[in-house]
Amino acid sequence: MAETILRCEMIPLDQLKSVLESAVPGAQAEMLRNDAPSAQHSLRIDNEHALAVSKFLRADPRLRLDYCSNVTGIDWPEAVLKEKVKVRAVVAGVEKEVEEVVEKRRPGYLEAVYHLYSMELKHGPVIIRFRTTNRTDQVRLTSLTPVWRGCEFQEREIYDLYGIVFDAHPDLRRILMWDGFQDYPMRKDYVEPDDYEYEPTPHDKVLEKASRHLPRHTIP
Amino acid sequence: MDAPVTRSTASLIPSPEGAGRPNYTLRQKTSDSGEIAGDLLEVSMGPQHPSTHGVFRMDVVLDGERVVKLKPVFGYLHRNHEKIAEDTTYLGSMPYTDRLDYFCSLTNNWAYALAVEKLAGLQAPERAEYIRVITAELTRLVNHTCLVGFLLQDMGASGTPLMYAFREREKVLDLFESLTGARMMCNYMRFGGCRCDLPPGWLEAARQVVDSYPRFLDEFERLLSENEILIARTQGVGVLPGDLAVNASISGPMLRASGVNYDIRKVDKYGIYDRFPFRVPLGEHGDTYDRYTVRVLEMRESVGILEQALRDIPPGPIMDPKSKIRGFRPKPGEAYGRIEGPKGELGFYLISDGGPNPYRYRVRPPSFINLTILEDMCLGHMVADVVVILGSVDIVLGEVDR
Repeated sequence: MAETILRCEMIPLDQLKSVLESAVPGAQAEMLRNDAPSAQHSLRIDNEHALAVSKFLRADPRLRLDYCSNVTGIDWPEAVLKEKVKVRAVVAGVEKEVEEVVEKRRPGYLEAVYHLYSMELKHGPVIIRFRTTNRTDQVRLTSLTPVWRGCEFQEREIYDLYGIVFDAHPDLRRILMWDGFQDYPMRKDYVEPDDYEYEPTPHDKVLEKASRHLPRHTIP
Repeated sequence: MDAPVTRSTASLIPSPEGAGRPNYTLRQKTSDSGEIAGDLLEVSMGPQHPSTHGVFRMDVVLDGERVVKLKPVFGYLHRNHEKIAEDTTYLGSMPYTDRLDYFCSLTNNWAYALAVEKLAGLQAPERAEYIRVITAELTRLVNHTCLVGFLLQDMGASGTPLMYAFREREKVLDLFESLTGARMMCNYMRFGGCRCDLPPGWLEAARQVVDSYPRFLDEFERLLSENEILIARTQGVGVLPGDLAVNASISGPMLRASGVNYDIRKVDKYGIYDRFPFRVPLGEHGDTYDRYTVRVLEMRESVGILEQALRDIPPGPIMDPKSKIRGFRPKPGEAYGRIEGPKGELGFYLISDGGPNPYRYRVRPPSFINLTILEDMCLGHMVADVVVILGSVDIVLGEVDR
């Protein structure tokens, strides 16, 4: 059996950025470089045009990204980043290049990352990311479930574990944690409760009954 | 150009409070003209149901015996695997990946090792790649054999097919035990290679198992493939069209049963899969019978890969000399590595911030995502078919719930 696998060369990511911005009016994309040997760079896309951009990515004949493989959240709490910058300074009367540590404040935000592949053209991944404004009250992103059904459970999982609220998701409920759970366990500042018996079990009632029968075993 | 959606619009009834209530609720069904036309029954199937492959629950709304709505409910086994892995070192979560899909610990190991190798720029030597292919294909044999056994068990063929499957699985597990020291929780791969070399005589033993496998498959197929009951219960049941399967991110044998030619071993050619000629079995109708057939055919292709790998395996080192066990700190960056696991695309997404622990560790669990489409496949079928359809999805709750 002769097997031929079509392997179309995809548009490089920096070109894809300009293609996107011209195809979807008003959309803004920012290329984020990845310095690891994997060299999987990604595109950050503004939230307003999320749906239009993803529809374009799925429909464009050069891309045909019909398969949304992996969707995941990332928590970036507010942090102070230290960066080494080379500055020209006068040291002991001589002008030199000196390394200086500059502190930069990074505001906290939550991020949703989508890994897209094309089953038709057999290329990928194209990685797109969306960021919320902060981690507390402005945590809404647009759901991409209307474009790729496969996002449905994964976006529910992000909502469950990170607390990103996806607008226009058909069924946004907790999926792995139970319905009455309050916090978002995958956030970096999540504190595990001491009381693991959180679930509403008949424990207290049972203990109360037991203490009525055996007053000397009264639970404080 | 929106996603095809076939979900029902019926809403679930809020369950009444209080313990000791029956696991079903009745509510009135109205016809189109607004008259009351009988009752709808809401049943909670699971979590302790023998057909749900673990602690998995389905909220099913039934009209007579037909499914009107189905919502999978899971998370009973959730232990936040990803958080635990972010709190430990890169190597520290290698044994924990065994516990994801506890049927296929070696492919889980490989997927994780592959992602870390992409992140840190390591390359496993040739012999290690061969060992990885051999163990992964043996795992695929075990997984598919047992899946067929469980599927038949769910259909009511209690005992025989499953015991046949377990008999063969035992031989492969013996191989795993002599290689890694454990039958199921193998913890065998390392970043840039494997933990230990093959013990003496292992290749010969593996060859014997592989050589006897086609005979077992013939026997299995003679027993099952043309069985009238199997055909009656599976053909035309749970049909999944190819375009919907792609849109819903379905992967693995389930996708190929719907006729989509996408095998990551062929597409990504990770490891040394470009050296092995093998065919990708495709289904025609996308029903449960095709999902069964695709798995059986895939096992035959795996046997072919194994025969070649066992013949060609070269001597040599099994670890990349650049790999470090202690003080392993990849440079900041991120990587997504994926392999064709027996259940579908198993991927790991890692972000490093330069520390000894991953900043972000994400598992792309195939059986979790394959469940997205369960409701669409079950609508309009009988309750008994739900059991069969779920069996053909091939889920393991350790991986679904993580």
